[in-house]
Amino acid sequence: MSEHNIHTEEHRDDEASKLGMWLFIFTELLLFGGLFLVYSIFRAQYPANFHESSLELSVTIGVINTVVLLFSSMTIAMAITAIQKKNKKLTLTLIGVTLLMALLFLVNKYFEWGHKFEHGLYPGSELIQLLERGHHLYFSLYFFMTGLHALHIVVGMVLLIICFVKVNKGSIAHDKFVFLENGALYWHLVDLIWIFLFPLMYLIS
Amino acid sequence: MENNGSHITEYKVLVRILLILLFCTFLTIEITSFNLAAFTVTVALLIAGFKSYLVLAYFMHLKYESLLLKILVSMVFVLFIVIVLITFIDYSFR
Repeated sequence: MSEHNIHTEEHRDDEASKLGMWLFIFTELLLFGGLFLVYSIFRAQYPANFHESSLELSVTIGVINTVVLLFSSMTIAMAITAIQKKNKKLTLTLIGVTLLMALLFLVNKYFEWGHKFEHGLYPGSELIQLLERGHHLYFSLYFFMTGLHALHIVVGMVLLIICFVKVNKGSIAHDKFVFLENGALYWHLVDLIWIFLFPLMYLIS
Repeated sequence: MENNGSHITEYKVLVRILLILLFCTFLTIEITSFNLAAFTVTVALLIAGFKSYLVLAYFMHLKYESLLLKILVSMVFVLFIVIVLITFIDYSFR
């Protein structure tokens, strides 16, 4: 062991990289936390309006997207197991599956939002401004929170694509995979936010 | 079987966690279909809290991380709960 350490070892600190990623995740959690707080206050203020508005959302699409995200969270966690077990091919496959799931989520979101847009329900539309205050607030929060979440999905996909390329090139390998770990952490964050977003927006009415 | 001091989570553990998460999701849907007013919200949030614990502990490997990180993560959630409580106290006594 010790004679190998004399070799020119590149300077890196995986613990510190992970801690840095976590600190960034904290800011993200508090960003969404603030939005959840706004949601709860207005929900307490306009319970009836929020109840009626939430009935407009399709629970089916919400459930499909929840399952898709939970599944993708598992596949990216498995990708780390695979890279630790030196199975490069399986790692690439699992990152690929995760990316596919992310795309599926966005396609679902596209149809969900498209359906609302057709009915004239989009941020700043004439219809949304005519709605009662509680409805207006609900849909503004719905579009903003799910929109910001979808943006995070896109960013997560970019990160995962970089991971895919790096694993393929070999710069992420069984002995240096902290980049993949951090990418996966970001992806789990997206899943974590959805765990709260789904029941609050779609279910509780 | 330590690898660079990092823990390897087995595939079957991850599958098991996914199954529990899916079960919790459908449990939430079932529970919220009954209208039990404030009780529904509480239960749905408790289940969401349990789900996020599973994601944090197993998918995000927090269970095998340093104590420092565990404390930091819990502090963020504690901070958020405190902010919510203070805001609601302020809001209801205004």
